[in-house]
Amino acid sequence: MAAAAFYDLEGTLVSTNLVHTLGFYARNQPNLVRSFTKSAATLLSVPLFAVSDQYSRKVFNDLFFKRYKGETEDRMRFFADELFEKVLKPAVFPGTFELIEKSRSIGLRQVVVTGALDVSVKPLMEYLGIIDYVANRLEFVKGVATGRLLPPVLASATKASWIRTFAEREGINLSESFAYSDSMSDLPMLSIVGHPAVVNPDFRLRQTALHHDWPILNLK
Amino acid sequence: MALQLRRKTHESIVYIDSDSAPRIMPSGEDFILEDLPVGTRVLYPNPPVKGLPNREAAIRYALNHPLGCDPLFAQLEPGMKVTIAVDDISLPLPPMATPDIRQTMLEIVLDMLAGNGVDDVHIIIANSLHRKMTAWEMKRMVGQKIFDGYYPDRYYNHDAEWKEGLIKIGETRHKEPLTLNRRAAESDLLIYANINFVPMDGGHKSVAVGLCDYESLRAHHEPQTIRDSDSYMDPARSELSNKCGRLGKIVDEHLNVFHIETAINNRMYKGDMDFLTKNEDDFSAFDRMKFEAMRYAMGKLPRAARRKMLHSMPAQYEMTACYAGKTEPVHAKIIEKGFQQYSIPVRGQCDILITGIPDISPYNVYSILNPLLVQVMGLGYHFNFYRNKPLLRKGGVMIIHHPCYDQFDHNMHPSYIEFFNRLLPESRDAFYLRDKYEREFANNPSYVEMYRRGNAYHGAHPFFMWYWGENGRQHVGKVIAAGAENAHVPAMLGWERADNLTEAIAMARTYMGSSAEITMLHQPMIGIADME
Repeated sequence: MAAAAFYDLEGTLVSTNLVHTLGFYARNQPNLVRSFTKSAATLLSVPLFAVSDQYSRKVFNDLFFKRYKGETEDRMRFFADELFEKVLKPAVFPGTFELIEKSRSIGLRQVVVTGALDVSVKPLMEYLGIIDYVANRLEFVKGVATGRLLPPVLASATKASWIRTFAEREGINLSESFAYSDSMSDLPMLSIVGHPAVVNPDFRLRQTALHHDWPILNLK
Repeated sequence: MALQLRRKTHESIVYIDSDSAPRIMPSGEDFILEDLPVGTRVLYPNPPVKGLPNREAAIRYALNHPLGCDPLFAQLEPGMKVTIAVDDISLPLPPMATPDIRQTMLEIVLDMLAGNGVDDVHIIIANSLHRKMTAWEMKRMVGQKIFDGYYPDRYYNHDAEWKEGLIKIGETRHKEPLTLNRRAAESDLLIYANINFVPMDGGHKSVAVGLCDYESLRAHHEPQTIRDSDSYMDPARSELSNKCGRLGKIVDEHLNVFHIETAINNRMYKGDMDFLTKNEDDFSAFDRMKFEAMRYAMGKLPRAARRKMLHSMPAQYEMTACYAGKTEPVHAKIIEKGFQQYSIPVRGQCDILITGIPDISPYNVYSILNPLLVQVMGLGYHFNFYRNKPLLRKGGVMIIHHPCYDQFDHNMHPSYIEFFNRLLPESRDAFYLRDKYEREFANNPSYVEMYRRGNAYHGAHPFFMWYWGENGRQHVGKVIAAGAENAHVPAMLGWERADNLTEAIAMARTYMGSSAEITMLHQPMIGIADME
């Protein structure tokens, strides 16, 4: 039976997080005033994002993706390549390529499961040579973002649930599979595979990894 | 016990009498005092051979009067590409007081290279599948000046998983492949600067093992090779040494290697700690006071602090010889010199062998002596410190004294944890484990990444540690872990446990008889029992 390596993306394979992407779009608004106000609002929201993420990934998502309200779909797609070149590509950890290459060489399917937006991660996935990935999708009405995510919202247990479904559909043995994440919110995803590992973890996740004897990687 | 055996046969052999003092035994991070049964034979390390008064001069002399080749200076040309490989932190143990002998060798060699117009110089730590050394450790090993001049671009650890950094050299007629560090292999001259700590070190093992990849290593780091080595501390009867010799011939065909080997004495401690290697019957009042003070102070500290303290005491080894030139004649000279220090003539095998396991091993420098490493020190190193035949008779009982705590270093030994908890409950058969799991661990992307970018031992390393105890496991009838603080670690390793040494000896005597001959290795001890 086949096995796979499931990766969280932001903080795990790249040093950026969701706020960097939001900040990029905030800076690139149709006019200077709007760019300034959006950027300032994003900056001022950072403490709120940090606190809400510590509390609950769901609350964080609700608050965070509201910031995209009013963005047009074509504009987001237009800037995706620039976002990749200027923000995401330089942020790929040096160890990312080695880790993916080694996993691929032993026949593991490479799957990225991320809470980032699908439009923003597509070029990065192509760059890393990853075909199988799933990301969050913004809801657009008449081409304008509503600030809500389309279900299933990938976070915490939903990632684990998606992985289970994917594994069943693709005939992947989870006991033989690997999972990598930097975030405590991905504990369910790490818990359902036979070979979990944490990457550049924060204090809480490091303690959990030590408690469970999981490998602790530093891809920086 | 027969009276003729009770007499002093060698200065390093002491027989316990009814009025003998209790003996000091290391047990992990502790030192304990134990009364041994009358008649017990205690082997101490030989007194240290006097170190050379001017080691710089000795190294220079060796470089200018090499064995089997031209002097180093005569081999140098401006513009040539030179790589210097040095042993890693696994020797000597504990890490020696600065300046390290490697620093002295490097200072002299680099000076000579610069004087002959050789600028393209890299220094590579031949760590093989050992953990990579940290920047701090690398600086300590070579000194500030060399570190500043070469780190990190021209002074770095060998990476056995960096495909572009490796090159296949060939294979032996026994189909043993040899892939080496590309920079070293493609240099016009490879200089290997070695410290010979135990007879297993040095020689062709330096390049062929220290700079190779996993596939090359697994050809000889395997259970049958270890079983066929009697012992692996005796190069003449070591299949491991034989295989390294075969690989070394390929190295010599393809590379121009200038080998520098040094022998050191066994002065592990000097000054306040030297009582640890002395006969307790000869202790002065001051020695006893120092021991009690140390025991009291350490008793007040938590284990981690005791470990830290022990690891921060540098060894006081002195260089006793240096030879340079072609690998084989150089190694032969150094081995001869080493045995002058280590050889203890011993008559008669014992039925029960006692050894305390100190917190010193090649694999836990600045780290934890985890259960697999306790195993490798007991059934591997301490068992194999013999020539001709084992100190313990076939089927005898080995008593090791260690707390056997279930602790692992997550940064340095991540794959050990999985090996211990997942594989050992399934099997302790080294051949089965190698066939079924070794490659899986070696190719585990997490372990590979932790080896490459962190300071972890390679994923396959716990297997080698298990194989290292293979001939001990085959020979010893029973192992008793005295002082083990839990039951499950000894059980996982296939051992019995006892609360203390007295209980362990009583248990051993029920197997071996009440008149069983007992021998104790007085640790820490670098010595080879030369069996008659």
